[in-house]
Amino acid sequence: MNAQQMVEALKQKFGEALIGTKNHLGEHTISVKLESVKALLKYCRDELNFDYLVDISSVDHFETEPRFEMVYELYGYGHHQHLRVKSPVSEDESVPTVSDIWPTANWHEREVYDMMGITFDGHPDLRRILMWEGYPFYPLRKDFPLAGKPSEMPDVAFTGIAPLEGGPFVTSPGTCGTVEAEPRAKRFEQ
Amino acid sequence: MIAPSQTHAAYDSKIEGNVVITKIDAAINWMRKNSLWPMPMGLACCAIELMATGASRYDISRFGAEVFRFSPRQSDVMIVSGTVTYKMALAVKRIWDQMPEPKWCIAMGACASSGGMYRSYAVLQGIDQLIPVDVYISGCPPRPEALLEGLMRLQRKIEGEHSLLDQKHQLVDQLS
Repeated sequence: MNAQQMVEALKQKFGEALIGTKNHLGEHTISVKLESVKALLKYCRDELNFDYLVDISSVDHFETEPRFEMVYELYGYGHHQHLRVKSPVSEDESVPTVSDIWPTANWHEREVYDMMGITFDGHPDLRRILMWEGYPFYPLRKDFPLAGKPSEMPDVAFTGIAPLEGGPFVTSPGTCGTVEAEPRAKRFEQ
Repeated sequence: MIAPSQTHAAYDSKIEGNVVITKIDAAINWMRKNSLWPMPMGLACCAIELMATGASRYDISRFGAEVFRFSPRQSDVMIVSGTVTYKMALAVKRIWDQMPEPKWCIAMGACASSGGMYRSYAVLQGIDQLIPVDVYISGCPPRPEALLEGLMRLQRKIEGEHSLLDQKHQLVDQLS
């Protein structure tokens, strides 16, 4: 069974809960409503043999409602197929934990909680992992500045504002596109 | 090789004989600078270059600094090598406080000197915000030769210290 067939199987089983699927250059993504995401992920591990949870990540869309989106990357050692499962989460909702399905999810969910503020139901140890307990902000949200905000916890840690000097230091594309700027691209076309 | 007759910091027994008359400051500073035991605060990639400097090719042992004492109580110079995050910063400060005088600090690499490329919410912008740094070494990471140059610069700084005067000041402060 390849990933395309697996997506079809998921569509048949979880039809109403699906929001959409996408296939971009062989990368299959499936978007589910939050209520069914745990059941779908359990089905992925048990029936479709996705035994490796590659990563859990989250996206802050900031302007859209629901605000966040959970992203689960799955892989199966037996069939060598990848799958991406996405699920929109709004600010006041909490996500069911998948640490009982894949134990590695424990620390990934702690990182999502630390950076984004999304809470997980049923997580055995939901506390901050990169920043320290008591740090008052969620740094990877879109409304948190890159330079940081000052905070003070005596005896534990403190933070300050990093001098960005007009940064972040990104390069702007300029007037000509890559085709003109990179002659090798042109040669390949001919 | 610098001939012993051309520098004040070497001693040739054939020339000077077996009795040396010198200032206490010169003797104390000579002893201190030639046996700087590092406390390697190896936090990130610069620590790899620090390890390379301690290995056989670049051999920090030539300068008396081979003994990487991981105990702050037994070391002289703290080489902060790597990115100092805010989470680690207070631990670094605590270890610095545990080092007995005389102590020096080398900030190795861009991250320890100034936060490096990490202008962000989680990185302390230079360890000199917490502890007094004697030598800054730039580089990402600095080559082992650069670290050795920094160590030699620290040695030159120690040569010029007024050790006896400082100790007299400390004694007076303690007595009063």
